[in-house]
Amino acid sequence: MDNIVQIRDLEFSYGTSRQPAIREIDLDIKKGEYIVIAGLSGCGKSTFCRCLNGLIPHFYRAGVMKGSVTVDGLDTREHPLYEITQKVGMVFQDPESQLMALTVERDIAFGPENLGLPREEIRIRVEEALELVKIAHLRERAPHELSGGEQQRVAIASVLALQPKILVLDEPTANLDPAGAVDVLNIIENLQVQKKITVIIVEHRLELALQSATRLLIMHDGTLVFDDKPERLIEKDITPAEVYGVQMPSLIQLFTQLMDEGHSFSQIPFNIPLAAAIILSELGSARSTSE
Amino acid sequence: MSITVKNLDYTYPSGVAALNNVSLKINKGEHIAIMGANGAGKTTLIKHFNGLLKPTKGHVLVNDIDTITSSVAEMAKIVGFVFQNPDHQLFLTTVEEEIKFGPTNFNFPEEQIQRDMEKVVTFLNLKNLLKRSPFSLSEGERKRVALASVLVMNPEILILDEPTMGQDAIQKRNIAKMIEELNQQGRTIALVTHDIEFVAEYQPRVVAMTEGRVIADGMAKDVLTNLEVLTKTKLRPPQITALAWEIANQKQSFPKDVITISEMKTKLLALER
Repeated sequence: MDNIVQIRDLEFSYGTSRQPAIREIDLDIKKGEYIVIAGLSGCGKSTFCRCLNGLIPHFYRAGVMKGSVTVDGLDTREHPLYEITQKVGMVFQDPESQLMALTVERDIAFGPENLGLPREEIRIRVEEALELVKIAHLRERAPHELSGGEQQRVAIASVLALQPKILVLDEPTANLDPAGAVDVLNIIENLQVQKKITVIIVEHRLELALQSATRLLIMHDGTLVFDDKPERLIEKDITPAEVYGVQMPSLIQLFTQLMDEGHSFSQIPFNIPLAAAIILSELGSARSTSE
Repeated sequence: MSITVKNLDYTYPSGVAALNNVSLKINKGEHIAIMGANGAGKTTLIKHFNGLLKPTKGHVLVNDIDTITSSVAEMAKIVGFVFQNPDHQLFLTTVEEEIKFGPTNFNFPEEQIQRDMEKVVTFLNLKNLLKRSPFSLSEGERKRVALASVLVMNPEILILDEPTMGQDAIQKRNIAKMIEELNQQGRTIALVTHDIEFVAEYQPRVVAMTEGRVIADGMAKDVLTNLEVLTKTKLRPPQITALAWEIANQKQSFPKDVITISEMKTKLLALER
């Protein structure tokens, strides 16, 4: 099947509130997409992530879920968490909340051990996960001694050891310094490109995340208000992202301002080399044709 | 109110030398950003500004008061300190109690406390949360409560550790606006941040640190466009600066020290002619 995630008419309210935290969400996600989710704090992003990996409805039982979420053919209401977590790996903002063993290697082995996999298979999976996030040199280290960026890579490796097809990351770089954030986002991009893992990431650092995104979702008040290619954001008929509290990277702000002054460009760049190339080849010529 | 740091060394009890011969003067009314990689000594340095840490060697003077001889309580009236992790400073059962705690402890008059509180909660968009428990709030909201509980004391010097971390675009802009406003009222602001786009936009004086030393101190425009400093501090240039460098690679006349969008636009339009 084409769509690895299918969401129909999804709504969820926590037990403590009658107001739904998310509502009216319909979404199809294709295998191998790299989806960035943006929006104000409290807009429902984290709730949405919990629906993808089955924490909702299985863990948040006091709440009311309506509609359906299907991940790789499994309806999350009908399958237990341990089945869903082998399809959808989840990484949180604070890696420490996810790490618990005395060495990196043990931490990564924890998930496969719990699935009761044979010893040899566990060994293979741990090695592969260490390689994928480039932390083989840290295997004997204690997770709590590592830097935030390294810890987050260990958390990603622990999830990868379950060989999920979908990786959901809820603000994975929020507590990291810029170097750590770049490392982690590079690793994630690599997973999407090389392993064809479908990536769904909540990320405030759009200047980094949009470089790899195939699709951007903006959430507001619990529902989706934008679902398209990032390039579409600056088109005239689209509500500016700022309205929903999403700050555009300064590169995009620059291009928007130039377009407001009558310049036009063949495409909107989300990375620096492309931006420079477009400026050098198109900025002058726009004027010469108009004159 | 100025802060003078003279030949400051600090070694943690564990033996880790975190600061090595740091000298720095922050003048009254200045707005400075301290930047650097994790472990560079930024937080250790600012903890000296309110006497939370005392120098192993050297001195820190807040105005003319040597922090070695003053108590943290005494300094708290002059220097407000907002921690990176709000949970390090929140402990009461409601947001309102939390904000009133400091001024009540110093026996400020009740009406003044009420007035100051209303001002900061409006400022920080916390009005609807006054009766809530700080621990039921989101991280971004808790951060604003921590900030409110410090601002309500009207400190002349405000120290902020990573104020924009974990904040969305709107809250970030609010925080920036607030910092600008407090600065315009004559308050001295020193903040630690990794957020280079934020610094590029608001352009405070920038102090760059690595391995317990100050390696650059100057205008944002100069420090953030200095490749050597950026490399040593593991910072990436602002997006606009990176673009300027990329263009200059192919068009040598293009200036490399551009950090703001508006300046970039001007330079690009000039290029076009």
